Amino acid sequence: MPIRILTILLLLGTAATPLAADTRSDAQKQVQFGIAVAQRGLWREAIYRWERAVKIDPKYAEALNDLAIAYEHEGDLEKARVAYEKALELEPNNALIKQNYELFKEINDRTTRKDSQDNQNP
Amino acid sequence: MTGRLARTARTTRILSSVAAILLIAGCTNYYEIPIETPIKPKLDVSAFQRVLVAGFIAGGTDDVDGNLETTRLLRSQLRTKSDLRVIDTDVLPLMEVAVEDKGTVPEAKAEPAKTDGASDGKEGKEGREGKEGKGEPKAEARGEAPQSASADKAPAIKDPKDLEPYEHIFADVEYWKKIGEEYQSPLIVTGTVMFTPHQRSGIVQREEEVYDSFGRRRVVPVRTYMERKGYILQPKFVFIDGRTGTVMHSENFREEVLYNANQSTPALSSYFELMDRLIPSFLSTLSSQKIKGTRVLLQ
Repeated sequence: MPIRILTILLLLGTAATPLAADTRSDAQKQVQFGIAVAQRGLWREAIYRWERAVKIDPKYAEALNDLAIAYEHEGDLEKARVAYEKALELEPNNALIKQNYELFKEINDRTTRKDSQDNQNP
Repeated sequence: MTGRLARTARTTRILSSVAAILLIAGCTNYYEIPIETPIKPKLDVSAFQRVLVAGFIAGGTDDVDGNLETTRLLRSQLRTKSDLRVIDTDVLPLMEVAVEDKGTVPEAKAEPAKTDGASDGKEGKEGREGKEGKGEPKAEARGEAPQSASADKAPAIKDPKDLEPYEHIFADVEYWKKIGEEYQSPLIVTGTVMFTPHQRSGIVQREEEVYDSFGRRRVVPVRTYMERKGYILQPKFVFIDGRTGTVMHSENFREEVLYNANQSTPALSSYFELMDRLIPSFLSTLSSQKIKGTRVLLQ
């Protein structure tokens, strides 16, 4: 009986691997296309592609990193922050994502510091 | 022999192709890309075509006239870095106006107030457009509070707390509305500027070059006790709607700089050094800015 269960689990596992690989491969295509259009300055299209990539594969840290960069370029700093943080949650040791995030934080902190310095009425 | 040579050549070709593919694969999974992050302005100033940097209530060191220098610097920055037309006029003697407005003079200290006049004859880096800060005759002509005995007795502002008795001027809607009417309803920039000397001593880490017995150079961190002096700049920028006389927005800043005690840095150059740091933040309140940078796209 346990052998039968183990066999079923093994079969399910081997069947799931190509599925996951397919998902990543589909998402990778979107990411690749996004990079190509971003390099031509078509950031809106790049956002569309990277959002699709993240939808296909929500654990694709690289796609989230690219999406964060695009949001940053569009001035949507809050969305960029969320995307960077998700990417780092998935790949905390990715030096390139960390580097991007640090650079982003410099700008974001400056704007948020400015907010906190406000006191509306003298 | 020829066959062996051909085989070796083929193997080399295959190996180099594989190496090239691996190299390309290794290199193509990230791409550097330049980006420009737009920072939205804090204030919607689309309703204004003109800006009047009216003047500041200033205090701190006597070596720098915070009112005059700040007004000149902001006007010059706005002229080149914003779409608003900068109104060139005399600097308002706000401290005197505040004293007149309140009708009472705060408890006088030893020295008289110094809001007018040049900064000890030193020249600011933004260039001089004539000593425009001596605005008394014009102020009177505009019906503003003229210099008076009570204004002359205004105490020196040495501490940020000393500014408090004057700050009510920013909430004087009637006064600002009148100024606004006179200059065709501009955006009015005013506020307070404290520029005070500062001294601090303690342990500082610095890098020192050392050479070992083989003559090899090394840089090592050394912690030493140092006495340092410098300045603290604390401006508060107040943005007033010239159509209504009401405060739209205000921002406080604080910057400080410290030098070796034996280094002699003129107060005015420290003032500009500190203002340089906060000018981008001041400008980003009025106009959108783009910050250029580079990021890495990943595949």
